[in-house]
Amino acid sequence: MEKTLFRLLKGTMFVAMAGIWLFSCKPKISDQDIEAKIQSNTALSHLVATVQDGVVTLSGEAKDQADQMDSEAAVKSIEGVKQVINNTTIAPPPPPAPVEIAADDPLTKGIADALKDFPTVKATAADGIITVTGETTAANWRKIKMTLDGLKPKKVDATALKIN
Amino acid sequence: MALQDKYKQLVDTATGSGVANLQVREQDGVLYIDGEAPSGSVKDQLWDIYGKIDPNFLSGDVVMNVNVATAVAGAKAKVTTETSNLNIRKGPGTDQPIVGKAAHNELVTLVSKANDQWWLIRTDDGEEGYAYARYLTPEE
Repeated sequence: MEKTLFRLLKGTMFVAMAGIWLFSCKPKISDQDIEAKIQSNTALSHLVATVQDGVVTLSGEAKDQADQMDSEAAVKSIEGVKQVINNTTIAPPPPPAPVEIAADDPLTKGIADALKDFPTVKATAADGIITVTGETTAANWRKIKMTLDGLKPKKVDATALKIN
Repeated sequence: MALQDKYKQLVDTATGSGVANLQVREQDGVLYIDGEAPSGSVKDQLWDIYGKIDPNFLSGDVVMNVNVATAVAGAKAKVTTETSNLNIRKGPGTDQPIVGKAAHNELVTLVSKANDQWWLIRTDDGEEGYAYARYLTPEE
């Protein structure tokens, strides 16, 4: 009876030992392996990653906050990565496109159309600036100004216009 | 940024009233406001506010190009001339020959836009040509 118990214990010990042995001999993932995995991910190519003992430091400019989070998650999911230090910054938004100003020829044509029904008002275009002269009512001037602004001028100068 | 302060109420209203693709840019002493208003009344409201800040629009420091989003192909538009008929022309320009007329208050169909000023329209009688957008009000 005692012998059987001893044998059982020995067997259990062996299985446990074998387990520990197998676990400890699991191939260690090197920093180089992690680095290679990061480099093969094209979604991370705009960022810089350094690896030290399984700790990955990410730096560089992320496109936005979502990209910042996604990149960190992608690195975290790589086998062997213990920790991710996310030092990425978010790229500033692109500057607004410059205002599109129409050339004088289309402006002059647009002015002719806009003023056809208002013979007391005159306007010219030079360097994108529409200069308005003559006289009209406030209501008519509002209609004219709405149209002139739609021609994409640089400016509508009506300081010489008389409003009746 | 000084102009953005002067016209803050205008820009805030444009933002708050659902003007799509709104762009507010200040360049060389002029504030450019571009976008698409959800309706003609929103566009009118913006021009009312603009006129309140700058009476009679005489300062010349704003260029506001806000179109009405409902002015799309297939939409109906009303001829909103003072009293007269609206000329329908062969091409987009007052130098183009007149090919037809649409009556004051008549409903026409917007076929397409040559540009913001000239729209290709079709009357219920089948007359087709270009008319000046100032005298067309999209139905909402």
